[in-house]
Parts: sequence; structure tokens; C-alpha cells
Amino acid sequence: MQINGRDSSRYQTFTRRSALLAGVQAVAFIVLAGRMYYLQVRKSDQYRMMAEENRIAMRLLAPLRGNIVDRFGRVLAGNRQNYRAMIIAEQTPDVEETLKRFSRIVPVDEFRHKRILRDIARSPRFMPVTVAEDLTWDQFAQVNINEPDLAGILPDVGETRDYPYGEEFAHVLGYVASVSERDLENAPREDQRLLRLPGFRIGKEGVEKTYDRELRGMPGSSHVEVNAYGRVIRELSKDPGKPGGEVVLTLDLDVQRFAWERLRGESASAVVMDIHSGDVISLVSAPAYDPNQFNMGYGTAEYKALLESPYLPLMNKSLAGMYPPGSTFKMVVAMAAVEAGVDPSHRVSCPGHYSLGNHDFHCWKKGGHGAVNLHEALKHSCDVYFYDVARRIGITAIAEMARKFGLGQTYDFEVSGEKAGLVPTPEWKRATRGEVWHQGETVIAGIGQGYLLATPLQLAVMTARIANGGFAVTPRLTRAIGGQLLPVKEPPPLNVSERALRAAQNGMNAVSNEAGGTAYRSRIAEPGLELAGKTGTAQVRRISRAERLSGVLRNEDIEWRQRDHALFVCYAPVHEPRYAMSVVIEHGGSGSGAAAPVARDIMREVLTRNPARPQARGRVPGDNNSSRAG
Amino acid sequence: MFDLRRFTGQEMRLTEKLAEFNWAFLLLLTLIASIGIAMLYSVAEGSFTPWAMRQAGRFAAGVCIMIVVSMVDLRLWMRLAYPLYAVALVMLVAVEIIGFVGMGAQRWLNLGFISIQPSEVMKVTLILALARYFHGLTLDEVSHLRNMIVPLILTVVPVGLVVLQPDLGTAILLLASGGVLFFVAGLRWRYFIIAGSGVLAAIPIIWSRLHDYQRNRVLTFLEPERDPLGTGYHLMQSKIALGSGGVFGKGFMEGTQSQLNFLPEKHTDFIFTMLGEELGLVGGLVLLTLYFVVLMFSLNVSLQCRNQFGRLLAMGISMIFFFYIFINAAMVMGLLPVVGVPLPLVSYGGTSMLSLMFAFGLLMSVHIHRHLEISRGPSAFW
Repeated sequence: MQINGRDSSRYQTFTRRSALLAGVQAVAFIVLAGRMYYLQVRKSDQYRMMAEENRIAMRLLAPLRGNIVDRFGRVLAGNRQNYRAMIIAEQTPDVEETLKRFSRIVPVDEFRHKRILRDIARSPRFMPVTVAEDLTWDQFAQVNINEPDLAGILPDVGETRDYPYGEEFAHVLGYVASVSERDLENAPREDQRLLRLPGFRIGKEGVEKTYDRELRGMPGSSHVEVNAYGRVIRELSKDPGKPGGEVVLTLDLDVQRFAWERLRGESASAVVMDIHSGDVISLVSAPAYDPNQFNMGYGTAEYKALLESPYLPLMNKSLAGMYPPGSTFKMVVAMAAVEAGVDPSHRVSCPGHYSLGNHDFHCWKKGGHGAVNLHEALKHSCDVYFYDVARRIGITAIAEMARKFGLGQTYDFEVSGEKAGLVPTPEWKRATRGEVWHQGETVIAGIGQGYLLATPLQLAVMTARIANGGFAVTPRLTRAIGGQLLPVKEPPPLNVSERALRAAQNGMNAVSNEAGGTAYRSRIAEPGLELAGKTGTAQVRRISRAERLSGVLRNEDIEWRQRDHALFVCYAPVHEPRYAMSVVIEHGGSGSGAAAPVARDIMREVLTRNPARPQARGRVPGDNNSSRAG
Repeated sequence: MFDLRRFTGQEMRLTEKLAEFNWAFLLLLTLIASIGIAMLYSVAEGSFTPWAMRQAGRFAAGVCIMIVVSMVDLRLWMRLAYPLYAVALVMLVAVEIIGFVGMGAQRWLNLGFISIQPSEVMKVTLILALARYFHGLTLDEVSHLRNMIVPLILTVVPVGLVVLQPDLGTAILLLASGGVLFFVAGLRWRYFIIAGSGVLAAIPIIWSRLHDYQRNRVLTFLEPERDPLGTGYHLMQSKIALGSGGVFGKGFMEGTQSQLNFLPEKHTDFIFTMLGEELGLVGGLVLLTLYFVVLMFSLNVSLQCRNQFGRLLAMGISMIFFFYIFINAAMVMGLLPVVGVPLPLVSYGGTSMLSLMFAFGLLMSVHIHRHLEISRGPSAFW
């Protein structure tokens, strides 16, 4: 025991300073406790919310796209099961080896192989990556059987859009395809997440595009617990969403298929419509493309072939093809003439040509028709009669009548891409070309040539308005959306005199049903089913004086591009009209030779099936519970 | 040569020593370690492997070490202070040369059968050496400049080596515990003021020499939102976990932040966060209270001791333990930058656990030999 004075001072200092350090420790612990109080009590709610945000992820569930059905409920665009195979990288020791074995069952090309590896590298290792889609049942079964050998491969069944009739409805239905960057830019904010879902498809053309929103439905959502790497631990809650609504079209599957078959091989278009309701029964544009391929992704070579084809398979000719209406326009001129005071019995002498100043306008019949009245002029499609009448009533009267009958305008049709065509007037010419209107231009407008342009849809509407007694019917493609019937609009009258309409109707009757009419050979002979029509042959090239002298070349002797367009418009049955139709065959030769027989066949099919018959309305369209035919 | 009995049993018999051993203190440590093992069980989603079991084994080994170390006469420890320091220093140098790269820094020394972290060993041996040195100085002598050269070298050399590794957290810990020894040994206040100003002046220089990841940690600490996906992520997730725990926590093994891996390093540096998330403010305060009791016990041991070596040693160990707790807890709460300092007895880690239990053995040895009086002069020993 030798605590001397010095050691005691050392001890006192030590004690003092140790107490000080203990005080520091105490203060430090109070600071820690205070911080814990701040974080765990004061700010607890905020951090609890942040923890929930961390933990819970909302996954959107893509809704099932609504069906598009024909007027009888037969599915034109639906969904089918898509057998596919995915790979989960973390479940295989060797991705390459698994892919090698898989490709023995389903071939995987070089390009695809690279993409799979890229996708695997991009996503977490527990995320399934698509290896192959659209497997056949045999392939899918084989993948399933060999699953033990294919470590990491996950057979899976998804839903994909299906167009059972492919090309036949391509231009009406359009197609769905992957969402592009541009689609994303244009989409509203609330849709962004849905559109970004892998594999999501949106309507790009046709009805699929027009009614995309209605067909799409409401996305469901699933709240899942995820860990820090995004792996789903469990599902907390699920909202299945709402499947897309059904869209019932006015089309008749059978008529459409028949018309498609009849036009196959041509570059052509046909439109059939109900003259009262405007229901479009058939809308065909040939050739077409396969919408299923757009859905699954067209090969670049195939797509290039579509783009470069001279027959324009990507173009909906029914709406966007503009043709000189040719002689099918003569009804309009005839009605304009009657309304302008020309007596239908008034005769014009046709020597085969018509002179205006020092220019000769030729009639299609070299020797001429002799003296013809309106009825005969329509029946024989005499050009000189209409040259003469057109010059007398003037272009303004003709243009006015053309407008009334639906030319030179669009109808707000449910498929986009509609063209307005052209009904020329002196004002139009001055405004667009800065030139004066020449009388010669009125003369050729009399036979539907010159500046005049019309689409097949417009020609069908024109014919429907003649047939229904002068009511401004407009075409419609949709009967019901999501179970809601769309009302049929009562078309307003056109204020065209009975006399004028009769003259046009009688002329068309004569064309088809009187011996010597230009389409008499393509008549429907069955009593009660007769049609009334009008041929049109629209000249594409200019016939030189030299050629006319040496004899006009026959269409078969010149190249396809130079041949005349063949047109035919008609309605039926002649005494109690219900359907109107237009057929345009590009470079088909002559209206009577090429277009009329096709139109006759289609019309006979329409009349036999009579899709607009009252009993066809018995089923409530859009009712998902009722049975689906076909 | 010396007589071994002088060191092992001259004044006290082994049974007497065992009777003096404070078993309540060991129980306290066991309680803290059990909390750690329970949390490691939770981290592994309710499994004793891979962490909880090994941690329990280490603690058991640590208890053995503690008891053995406490039985050894304090004068032998005093005698061994410099040699042990020398061994630790050699290991620190060795880790620089042959240490392998782990966690972006060379910290581990692989001895074949065991991997150890020399910097952890150095924390205890530095205190031993400094306590040994200051034991021989009177209060007046402590503040003589020539007497400061040796302890400064003893402190600065290992600090420098650890900075080279680079392990900023441990370096600061070493420096702080060295400073504490200077302080309680009685060095005049003005030296601390001078040293403090010196450190402040050196900050820009230190800053310029820091590694990028170290700078990032400091910057992120000052502004966690600066880099929410990178370094700031740890801090943010730690605060979310703690805060969302609330008063009573989400329940054992129910912590979403921890169980779903949003919380990083949750079995080592961020284990306190996990405790706070699953057991709440209450759980956190219980642990802090247990720690505080340990600190107060250590303070009492040092104040009761009648020899300067024992006092300094006990206080140094107490402060090192305190630094560990404070730096780790303050770090996970966002009060300090993220530095790799484990939570003592709770974080998973072998060397840290064993060197701590060794230190507590020394503390207990001080307690057992508190009545021992050791003369200042070196002649007392050799």
C-alpha cells in the first residue's frame, strides 16, 4: 500500500476525467435514443409508407381484347391460345446448353438466339424470357414431355389476337401489333403503363384502330410483395379488370367471303350496302395482307414485298382508291339534266363523235347510236348524248348533283383512310390551278372522266341514294359496341324530283334487263331478284389521234397498267330495292366484260342470303351470352 | 529469470479469483450476444445456418477466452503489453503485404486455419501498450513533451497502417482510443486543444487523400438524396427500416425491409436497423440500456482499481466499446457517415467478437486484481 501524494493526484485526475467521459457516454446515448424517437415515433408514418412502397408493387394485368363479330355474331377477330416457351435463367446451369437442346424440338434461328441471350442479360435472372412463340400443338407437347431434360424451360399458354379469316377481312378489321415509340408518345398518361406491358398489342388499322379503346377493356391489377431485386414473393390482392367490349359489325361473313373469292387474283374492290340503313354488308379490297402476320411480326422481306407490290395490298381500295367514275357517273348527269329542264324524251343524235370548237369527242361506239333519248342513252351508255347534255346544263349543275349523291366528300366512316375523291367546279380549278374552266372539261365530265374521281364506297353510296328514292343514306360499319346498339340514323331527303330519280332508275333497269343493255349479259334472270346496274369503263391513258385512225388497241393488247378500269354499280331487287353495290376492277378492261359479271355473282349471293332480312335482327348484337354461330 | 508463480498465484488462489469473477457481468454480455444471435436467426429467414449457429459458437469460445484471460495476473498482462502490441503490429504489416482483397480493402490475414483482422487485434493491444506506458509516468511527467514521443508513435504507426488498408472507421477508432488513454492519463487540456485545431486544419489535406468511396460516403451522409440508387441507398433504406418499425416493431422475423433484402449488410453493420425494424423503439432501447449497463460496470471497475495500469486499461476498453456502439448506431440512424464499424457482440463477425471478449477478459482481470498495487518503476517487474 504505497499510494503517495503524486499517485493520488494522478488518481484524482483519472477519476475526474473518467467521470467526464462517462458523462459524454450518457449524452451520446441520450442523443441516440432521441434520434430513435424521432425516426420511430415522430416520422414513423412517413417511413412506414415508404417501406410499403418498397415492398408492394402493382402489376398491371392486360385485359382480354374484345371480339369483333359479324352482324350475326360470328367471330371475325378473337383471341386464341398462344403456346409458347419461356426460359428462366436461374433455373438452368447452362443457358446455352438448354437452348441447344430446345432447338432440337423447335428450331431457333441465329437472330432469335441472339435476342434471347440479350433479353436474359437485360432482365433479372428469375424473370422468364420468351424463347419461342406460336408453337404447334405437337411442338408444345414435345416441350412438355421433355421438360426434365430442358432445365429452365417453362411451357406457357398466353392469349394472342387471332383473325380466323386472315386476308378476307384485313382491310376492314385492320390489325393489332406491338406498341411503337410513337404510339407511346401519343397515348395519354394513364395508358402508359398498360401500353408498356411486354407483349401488349394495340389496334393499328381499321376497326381495331377505330375502336381500340372499346376493344381494349380495363386493365386489372395485382398487388404483389416484391423483394429488393423485384422478385415476387406473394400476391396480396388482385383485381381482374374488365375485358374489352364486343364490336358487332354490319358485315355478313358469308357475303364477304364470297366477294373475296370472286375478286381474288384481281386488283379490285367491292362494296355492298343496305340502301336504307347504310349497313355495309361487305367491303372487300384485293389483294390484301394477313393481319395475323402483323400481330406476330412480319418478316422484313415479306413486308418489303407487300410495300413494293404494284397491286398495293396494303391500301384499302374501297375507301382510298380514287378512280374516274366513267359511265357510272351518267346517272348523276342524267338527273342533273332532268332537274335542269331537259325532257327525258328529248333526243340527241349520236354520229359517233361530238365536236366542240376544233376538238372531237368520241363515243365508245365508233358508228354512233343514232338519235337517242335519256333512257336509251343510259341503256347503251351513249357518250355523245351526255357530252351534249353536260355542255347544255353546265358543270355547276352536274357538280351540285354529284355532291347530293355523295361524291366529293367523306362520310366519317368507321375505318380511317377515307378519301374524298374530287368533284371539279370552275371555282375549284381557279383556286387550285389558277386556270379558267374550259367547256371541253364540262363535256368530258359528262361521261365521268376528266378531273372527276370517286372511291368505290362513294359509288356504292351514290347507287344506294338512287335506289332508295333520294335519301342521303351514309354508310355505317358498326351495329353495336360493348352490348350497346347503335341507332340507325334516318337519312334526310335529297330533294331530287321523282321524275329525275325515275329516269335514272329506269335507265339502270334497262342496262341490265332490256336486251341490248350494256350489262344484259350479266343480268340476274331469276324473277324477283333482278338487279339494275350501270357499267363504267374508265380510261387511264390518252388515246392519240393516230391510234384512233388506225383502230383503238384492244385492252388485251396493252400492258396491265395502261388498261381501262372496269366499274359496275347496281342495286337489287329492281322493284323493291334493298342492296346497292359497286365493283371496281383496276385495269380490268371494260365494265360490262370484267366488273358486271363479278357484281352480278356477288349480288345474287347477297339476295340469296338477304342479310338485312328482319329476322336477322332478332339477336341482340353485342350480347356476349348469346351463342355464336360459325 | 523470473519465477512464474509470482505472476500466477502469489497473492490470490484460482478459487479466490473465480469467486471474484463477476458472473452477473458475464450474464449481461450473454444477454446482448443472445439478442445478436436471435437477429441472425431472423436474417436467415428463421434458420440457425449460416450465421446464428456460428455466432453462438464464437461467443462460447469468447466466453472461454474471457475467463482464461481474467484469471491471468494483471502484472503478466502488463508484462506482455509491449510484446502483444509488437505481434499485432507485425500482423498489420503482414496484411499489407500478403493480405488478400476483401470488401475492397485489405483487412484479413489468412493464417490457414483462421482468418483474422489484425486491426481488430490492434485495438486491444494498443490500449494495453499505452496503459503500460502511462502507468510508469507521474501526472507531471505525462505532459512532458519527451514523454509523449513514445505513446504518439505507438498510436500513429498502427493508425497509419490501417488508413493504408484503407479502413477509415477502424483508424478513427484507434486514434480515438489512443486519445482517450492520453486524456485519462492526465495530459493537459491545452494539448488536446492544440491537437484538435491541428485535426481541423488537416481536414482539407485528409479529404484530398481519401479514396473515392470514402469521399462518397461522407458526401452521401451530408446529403443522402444525392445518390438514391448508389451509396445513399443504404442510408435511406436503413432509415426507412428503422422508422417503419415504430414503437413496437413489425415483429420478430416480420421486418419487410430486412426480410425482402431492401436493407443491405443486415447481418453485419446494419443489424441494429433490423432490430429496430422488427422489435421497434422498445427493442432498440433495451439493447442500448444493456450496453449502457456494461459501460457503467466498466467505469466502476476502473474507478475501483488501485493501480494505474488497471484503471487505464479498463477505461480504454470501456471507451472502445462505447465508440463501437455509438459509431455503429449513429451510422445506421443517419447521424454519422456510413463507415464499416460492427455493433459489438451483436454483428456477425469472428475477429471482432473474439477480440472483444478478450478485452472483457482483461477488464475482468482488472476487476479481480483491483486491490493489487503495482509500483510505477519498471524495476517492479524485471
